[in-house]
Amino acid sequence: MVSALADAPVAPSPERRDLHDTPTVGDRVFRTVVTGAAWSVLVVLGLIGTFLSLQAWPALHDAGRHFFTVFEWDPDGTGRFGIAAVLAGTVTIALLALVLALPVSLGTALFINEYAPKRLYGALTMLIDLLAAIPSLIFGMWGLTYLQPHLEGTSRWLSDHVGFVPIFSTNRPVFGSSMFVCGLVVALMIVPIITSVTREVLSQAPRATCEAALALGGSRWGMIRRVLLPYGRSGIVGASMLGLGRALGETIAIALILSFNYRITAHVLEPGGGSIAGLIANSFPEAGDAGRHALVAAGLALFVLTLAVNTVARIVVRRSAPSRQVVL
Amino acid sequence: MTTAAPVRRRPGGMTHEDVIAGVGAAGLAVVVTAVAFLLTPLAGSFGFVLTAYVLFLALLTIDSRRRLGGVIATDRVASVLVGTCGAVALAALGLILWYVIDRGVPGLHRGFFTKTLDSVGPLDPATDGGAGHAIVGTLEQVGLAALISTPLGILTAVYLSELRGRIAPIIRFFVDSMSGIPSIVAGLFIYTLWVVQLHKGFSGLAAAMALAVLMLPTVARAAEEMLALVPGGLRESALALGSPHWRSVTRIVLPTARSGLATAAILGVARVAGETAPLLMTAFGNDSLNADPTKGAQSSLSLFAYQRIRNALPSEIERGWAAALVLILVVLALFTLARLVAATRKAR
Repeated sequence: MVSALADAPVAPSPERRDLHDTPTVGDRVFRTVVTGAAWSVLVVLGLIGTFLSLQAWPALHDAGRHFFTVFEWDPDGTGRFGIAAVLAGTVTIALLALVLALPVSLGTALFINEYAPKRLYGALTMLIDLLAAIPSLIFGMWGLTYLQPHLEGTSRWLSDHVGFVPIFSTNRPVFGSSMFVCGLVVALMIVPIITSVTREVLSQAPRATCEAALALGGSRWGMIRRVLLPYGRSGIVGASMLGLGRALGETIAIALILSFNYRITAHVLEPGGGSIAGLIANSFPEAGDAGRHALVAAGLALFVLTLAVNTVARIVVRRSAPSRQVVL
Repeated sequence: MTTAAPVRRRPGGMTHEDVIAGVGAAGLAVVVTAVAFLLTPLAGSFGFVLTAYVLFLALLTIDSRRRLGGVIATDRVASVLVGTCGAVALAALGLILWYVIDRGVPGLHRGFFTKTLDSVGPLDPATDGGAGHAIVGTLEQVGLAALISTPLGILTAVYLSELRGRIAPIIRFFVDSMSGIPSIVAGLFIYTLWVVQLHKGFSGLAAAMALAVLMLPTVARAAEEMLALVPGGLRESALALGSPHWRSVTRIVLPTARSGLATAAILGVARVAGETAPLLMTAFGNDSLNADPTKGAQSSLSLFAYQRIRNALPSEIERGWAAALVLILVVLALFTLARLVAATRKAR
């Protein structure tokens, strides 16, 4: 054996085999089927864009650029419609929800990761997942009949005493069915996703650095502020954007609570406001042919908006936590 | 404090002094707020809690700062704030569950699961009629959606974790993007494609397809996680024994991950079981029984609840809450089931 090796080069025998991957028939079928299934995701996304555009075309063609500037929604009657007001309402509610949800989510994530006893970890994450599993219809019904009456006093107080801040001022002393109530309900709905993504990102912070901060005499909060939060900053930004994407698309809760009007307003405590998704849910059953084309056009705008926000959010989250993928 | 030997302290622990100070601050805050609310025109339970809470934080800060210094005072206040955030999230969950049970129980009766709204007039009490037709609709729609998206989702996961083809990162990225699609857009998509373009009309099948679009990313990502837990050695030994790739996947990898894949499917079902928005433009809703998912408008539990709650009649609203209770119980049951199935995997 040894001498044979020493006498190199020896003609390889048995004949040298290429390490070519020659899949069997079964493997070829397997690969085709599996790859086809994977492509279905891309195909579905493409089809969504295509068919929404096809059906939205008549409405977009009629409305032209007025689609983005008109404040009314009456495609079946006068034929004047545009998403200016509802788009502004959508963004207002979503931002309101994000502002309310972000501190709570961040606190909850820190609480579960850093403060709560380790044996409660599983139970706490399960409860947050459970909050995510509650259907948006239930949130809407709860917001409409429980939260809204309970918020009236708070809304009145805000308007009376903090009314000098523009968003808290009101023209008439009527509260409820407002963007504020919607914002609060939607905030509760996006707390779970922001919490779980933030938790995931923060749990990847290098533990040695955290412990070094504590060993140097830092308090727990000092460690969080100087090590964890700077480490997780972009992850938290990404998580917030994921929450924002969810908030922009929220439908049923808003359709139940909000009383729609087609004006842009910053008076979030008053009844009134709008939302693209809520408008579609509310108007679809009674809409005529032109109305449905117009609603599909509004849906297309919503699709593009949420896809853009989500895509940027995913890129940010992924960049912040490249070692493990963040699911949800 | 004596200056002889520094007292040993656990960094995170609380001394008796701390406990007394905390309880004292909380008690003082409540008492002062109560007095203030009695003497001034301030009112409202929310305002009371908020005022007492802010006062408590202020007292805690002052006390800790005086006794322990600025750094520890900040740490204490931060701990209280962080704990409060967790408590708020959990309180919201508890409040919602409690309220749904409270409102839903009076409307539940045996006929609720079997009867329909066919012969129910506006003056009939809530105990007349039921959501039998809606329950049939939900079962058919969610079942069909699961039939469509579970195989597709698992195959996508197999592509991502077993085949790892060239476009795997792209697919993974778009699966994530897809999970962020608003549910109403999925409904509009099936409406434009199935109902309008193909002239199929509203049906339970259309609803199932819209739900499948929403379910697919959840199933695919959860299943991918589960496949990643299968030890690589198993795959390699199958290949080393000469089995083709497809056999190693179907005979070794998938059976090993079986309970995990079941969890993924159940999570997907739980995600869509309560969806309402996409059903408005696909199933459309119906007051009588339509057991054929392929033709004609159908109801579902969520649509039933949504349409009842928008009504002004107390009896209708009561029916809506009963449906909401059933819906949330179904979601809770699915959620628990997913956990149990996942737990059996760990136990083995």
